[in-house]
Amino acid sequence: MRTFRIGGVHPHDNKQFSAHQPITECPLPKQAIIPLVQHIGAPAQAVVKVGDKVKVGELLAKAGGFVSANICSPVSGTVTKIDAATDAWGAPMQCIFIDVQGDEWLPEIDRTPDLIRSCTLEPKAIIDKIAAAGIVGLGGACFPTHVKLLPPPGKKAEVLIVNGVECEPYLTCDHQLMLEHGEEIIIGIEILKRALGVERAIIGIENNKKDAIEHMNKLAQSKLGIEVQPLKLKYPQGGEKQLIDACIRRQVPSGALPIEVGAVVDNVATIYAVYEAVQKNKPLISRVMTVTGKNLAKPGNYSVRFGTPIEEVIALAGGVPVDTGKIIGGGPMMGRAMDHTEGMPANKRLSGLLFLPEAESIRPEEENCIRCGKCVQACPMGLEPYLLQRMNELEMYEELEKHDIMDCIDCGCCVFACPAHRRLLDGIRPGKAKVGAILRERAAAKAAEKK
Amino acid sequence: MVNKMKNFIVAPAPHAHSGDSVRRNMLLVILALLPAYVVSVIEFGWGALITAAISVCACVLTEWLISRYLLKEQKQTIGDLSAVLTGLLLAFNLPSNLDWWIVLVGAIVAIGVGKMTFGGLGQNPFNPALVGRVFLLISFPAQMTTWPTPQGFGTSYLDAETGATPLYFLKHIVKTGDSSVIDQLVPLKDAFLGAMGGSLGEVCALALIIGGLFLICCRVITWHIPVSIIATVALFAAVTGWCGALPEGLTTCHYVGYELLSGGLMLGAFFMATDYVTSPMSAWGKIIFGIGIGFIMMVIRTWGAYPEGMSFAILIMNACVPLLNKIRPQRFGEKKK
Repeated sequence: MRTFRIGGVHPHDNKQFSAHQPITECPLPKQAIIPLVQHIGAPAQAVVKVGDKVKVGELLAKAGGFVSANICSPVSGTVTKIDAATDAWGAPMQCIFIDVQGDEWLPEIDRTPDLIRSCTLEPKAIIDKIAAAGIVGLGGACFPTHVKLLPPPGKKAEVLIVNGVECEPYLTCDHQLMLEHGEEIIIGIEILKRALGVERAIIGIENNKKDAIEHMNKLAQSKLGIEVQPLKLKYPQGGEKQLIDACIRRQVPSGALPIEVGAVVDNVATIYAVYEAVQKNKPLISRVMTVTGKNLAKPGNYSVRFGTPIEEVIALAGGVPVDTGKIIGGGPMMGRAMDHTEGMPANKRLSGLLFLPEAESIRPEEENCIRCGKCVQACPMGLEPYLLQRMNELEMYEELEKHDIMDCIDCGCCVFACPAHRRLLDGIRPGKAKVGAILRERAAAKAAEKK
Repeated sequence: MVNKMKNFIVAPAPHAHSGDSVRRNMLLVILALLPAYVVSVIEFGWGALITAAISVCACVLTEWLISRYLLKEQKQTIGDLSAVLTGLLLAFNLPSNLDWWIVLVGAIVAIGVGKMTFGGLGQNPFNPALVGRVFLLISFPAQMTTWPTPQGFGTSYLDAETGATPLYFLKHIVKTGDSSVIDQLVPLKDAFLGAMGGSLGEVCALALIIGGLFLICCRVITWHIPVSIIATVALFAAVTGWCGALPEGLTTCHYVGYELLSGGLMLGAFFMATDYVTSPMSAWGKIIFGIGIGFIMMVIRTWGAYPEGMSFAILIMNACVPLLNKIRPQRFGEKKK
């Protein structure tokens, strides 16, 4: 069995709480709050105005640039305001507020559960449909999917790698999606293969999901050029670069995109969304999210329309457990802690809600670095976290650049492994931001010089 | 939006931890030293118990006094067990019949000079236990090189019978080509099991290897340093044998065996050189570090004034660690052009 070759850690997967819980539809909210930033790239531009009546699937905001994504209405009702709201992470952003009335869908959306197997569209038409549907990578990064499908000139995709790894502990939404919608995912893979013009697709699944490996294997058997690659359990295998390395033994060069080694990676949830968009004309208006925690009453996998206040999802799962210390949007390794839940809407980015008990929420006190090198062993990018953190403290930005700080993928392995509980990433993140700013400045100066 | 309920804890990711701690690592190393210590107590009796007790207590007390009264630290660090480990390792590197006050001096130097002057755990460039040991070796050469021979548990502390160690004979044989003392070498089997003279904790290669493998299995240390040291020493000794430097009666195989099993090699390779603070970070750094130690040690053993050179070799390579840390771990992917 394969895995990626550099670094990695083995956190407890803790998936038992919500694993195999059937996907449950979350009821429609009274009011939906839809942020215009639910992806990497430029904010979407609102195309509706206050007072407009919208149906489910109607375009609310169009992509604000090449790297950006459409946002379609997840509910039907009246737009009541377009205003800044602060999300639970403290960032202000423009949101469209819709008073929900009924559940009226655009007529072209096929809401039947029938499988539609054949797709004869041209690649360009497929990609246009994906772009129109506002599909972004649902694995966590939220990179607009249609952009990935348009390789830069001179680059050719050779293989589609399907991310069914779900390496974040606790999360089970992708696992359940593979079990319940495996056939749709296989059709989605064929559609993407067609769009990319590739012969080969590999579905990478970690072997803590043996039933999913078996299920996908059975479905893929009759298909030419789709194989399932079981992977040894190791975090962060779901990282794009790590997954490519694990599946096809190629390492994406520093600063480059996966297309450099001929790979395009898409998450299973994204591919399910592609199936729905291309075959059923259904834009991306909901996602499956895992709501879980040791002391949660009803942990499970919930299909939630974007814009639904997360309090309603939490209520469905049995309410915030009494001894909760932290509520995390996403998984425990890369998810973000929220200081409150009021007014926070579900969005494309939110793959899960995790309730950590108080005892697990407090970071132990930092001790002296004992130079054990465990952060270096753990780093999946082969960096030296102890050094990067120290250099950031000393504001040695040039050295940070030379030590490849921009390769850091924020996975948290170094902090996870550090026996002295040092908060390495707390120093590396600002260092990375600073070096990134310096690099952009330099590029801008160079461009100005050329002129 | 008004935050009605700001009662959840917010911290940057990750929100999970391996559960590893400094204390756990120190504790595991101490545990890994226990088999060798049990052998020492069986071999050297009271001396092993008294020397280790003095050394450990003195190290802990020195750290506490300096931290509490000299540095006026708010938080004391003796709970991380690193001082206990330094004390134990220092004792392992001393003859078990050493006068109590010499042990005390060694412990004070180890912690006081070797560790606390640099700012405590994590800041010291040299292995503190070896700083203590080498200080004693230079200050009290006679006492430090008079090793008791194993007499069993009943051995009293100070009147232990003493004798030369296999390394003394080896050096004599290789340097002079005098084969007459070959039969004075202990059988290889005894060297492996620990029935020979030497420092308190270094005699039983078997117990040290078991402890070392335990540490590798628990992921406290990696294989790089011990394997590179042992391989270098074996290769060096084998080349010496192939070059015909050995007299009749001592085969290359035997010679390699004695070099590996005697002196502080196993103790040094698994427990002293692998000290986190004073060893390199990257895999290649560790391998070069190990090769350097093995090579320097063999040079000292073969041509130097001392029969044993492990402590010096490790300290010299400790000084090279900042340089070795310039060696980067293997990065993911290639560099962009």
